[in-house]
Amino acid sequence: MSFIYKTAAEMASALANKDVSAVDLANEHFARIESVDGDVHAFLHLDKEGALAQAKSVDEKRAAGEKLGPLAGVPLALKDVMAQKGIPTTCGSKILEGWRPPYDATVVTRLKDAGIVILGKTNMDEFAMGSSTENSAYGPTHNPWDLTRIPGGSGGGSSASLAAFEAPLAIGTDTGGSIRQPAAVTGTVGVKPTYGAVSRYGLVAFSSSLDQAGPCARTVLDAALLHEVIAGHDARDSSSINAPVPAVVAAAKKLDVKGMKIGVIKELGGEGFQKGVSERFNEALEELVKAGADIVEVSCPNFEYALAAYYLIAPSEASSNLARFDSMRYGLRVGDDGSRGAEEVMSLTRQAGFGKEVKRRIILGTYALSSGYYDAYYGSAQRVRTLIMRDYEAAFAKADVLVSPTAPTTAFKIGEKADDPVAMYLNDIATIPVNMAGIGGMSLPCGLAPEDGLPVGFQIMSPAMKDDLMYQVGGTLEAALNAKWGSTLISQAPALGAK
Amino acid sequence: MAAISRDEVAHLARLARIEMSSDELDHLASELDQILHAVDRVQEAAKDDVPPTSHPLPLKNVTRPDVVVPSLTPQDALSGAPASDEQRFKVPQILGDAE
Repeated sequence: MSFIYKTAAEMASALANKDVSAVDLANEHFARIESVDGDVHAFLHLDKEGALAQAKSVDEKRAAGEKLGPLAGVPLALKDVMAQKGIPTTCGSKILEGWRPPYDATVVTRLKDAGIVILGKTNMDEFAMGSSTENSAYGPTHNPWDLTRIPGGSGGGSSASLAAFEAPLAIGTDTGGSIRQPAAVTGTVGVKPTYGAVSRYGLVAFSSSLDQAGPCARTVLDAALLHEVIAGHDARDSSSINAPVPAVVAAAKKLDVKGMKIGVIKELGGEGFQKGVSERFNEALEELVKAGADIVEVSCPNFEYALAAYYLIAPSEASSNLARFDSMRYGLRVGDDGSRGAEEVMSLTRQAGFGKEVKRRIILGTYALSSGYYDAYYGSAQRVRTLIMRDYEAAFAKADVLVSPTAPTTAFKIGEKADDPVAMYLNDIATIPVNMAGIGGMSLPCGLAPEDGLPVGFQIMSPAMKDDLMYQVGGTLEAALNAKWGSTLISQAPALGAK
Repeated sequence: MAAISRDEVAHLARLARIEMSSDELDHLASELDQILHAVDRVQEAAKDDVPPTSHPLPLKNVTRPDVVVPSLTPQDALSGAPASDEQRFKVPQILGDAE
């Protein structure tokens, strides 16, 4: 009997009841990865040895009657942007090929302490810059629903691993939608917690004021269980929030939205959104009404500038953060033949080590921060950020949570937008405002678009520090939709590997 | 009118320490021009009376007691170095002209 199609919560109780051992569960997942990952390419590196050692240790502790965390023994896929001691960490870039971090990210430490079994590292757009995972230096990941299509990005590997049943849980990071958009196009759940809720220590920085790690799963409850493992104050991250973590697991189990006000953001819908995406979104809203919620329309007029502001702020911060890849202390070094000085070696290394999109963003950021242009570009973008936060403040005065489709379209074809950066950026139109304001955002599946049969994502946004509210609404909506369909959406994903 | 010239891109690439071929410069200049036209609109939205936001949290300096805690050993810190010598990172010549 196979456990890989179960939820993380079900796996956890099977482990607690000793219906399966953590070692057998890990081995089942490795067998699945072996059979399907040639097609999906969700993983960049597998750590069989480390995973099985951790699983064995959990099994031994359980046999000895030790108290274990709720997810002890459950496998997980880790986005390759997180430092894991001794395990290759590339961020999808050639410049870090072969680098093995000498330390664990705080998220990794917490996963290990919770007894979670890390199977391996997942593919991503280079340095998390992209919406399709096509910018990985190690080749694209394929969407398990249709292998000719993108799995979203930047965390396409993490979400694809869930949809392909290669892992029940994954870690993602979200700077402009890199957890939520991949979740949307793979029919899975992804959560970007409030900025500062999860430590950034050991997360390779892209845009420090926007980056946030979060849980990826196949159900809202599974995401909540993982959320409670990784969230909480960390003295090693000065932007980490020093306050109790909201009770997201309890919220996910509430299954009640009676009397809650749900705000539909007028500007994140309609024109520019695929017909089937809007249809499924509206049907999901009806389910929330049936469950007793009140729907109100809210307007966020400055969101039309969010994308433009993001593509100045994120590259600006990236141009500074990625200066650390200078070939001096770790990573690739090119052209050091004794005849060249440090600057020349740096320039040659960065030419060889960075891909096209990363170079594009570093140069754009360098431009936006250069004297003479700083006020017009970076300065204006920061003012837009204030306007977006004010829009949210006004909207949350009228509603407990806000909702929109997660992405304007379903998964597009691999290669379709690769040569048009501006078209690619438009994918993030509904997810970016959340990062700009630092609030919480979740994507969960709300059906398949009739025109292409591909998953559609429903986004729920909650005020900063109130992440429990999006779990409460998400859990309720998920239960209502499953009841309506008579099954989960992910159970309709195509079988893979059967040839 | 182009928002950015090929020469400007070459200058930015030098500032960012990224060597670029002639083809790369041509390609990037035209792409950046498109992107800059797309992001230019931030200027119409942002009036001077709106304060800038650099960060979503109202952060103050965070300090900790000055106590010694475990840290990387020199061996660990040097484990990823392209070259090292006696507990130090070995780098190409920094000052003056290389040979």
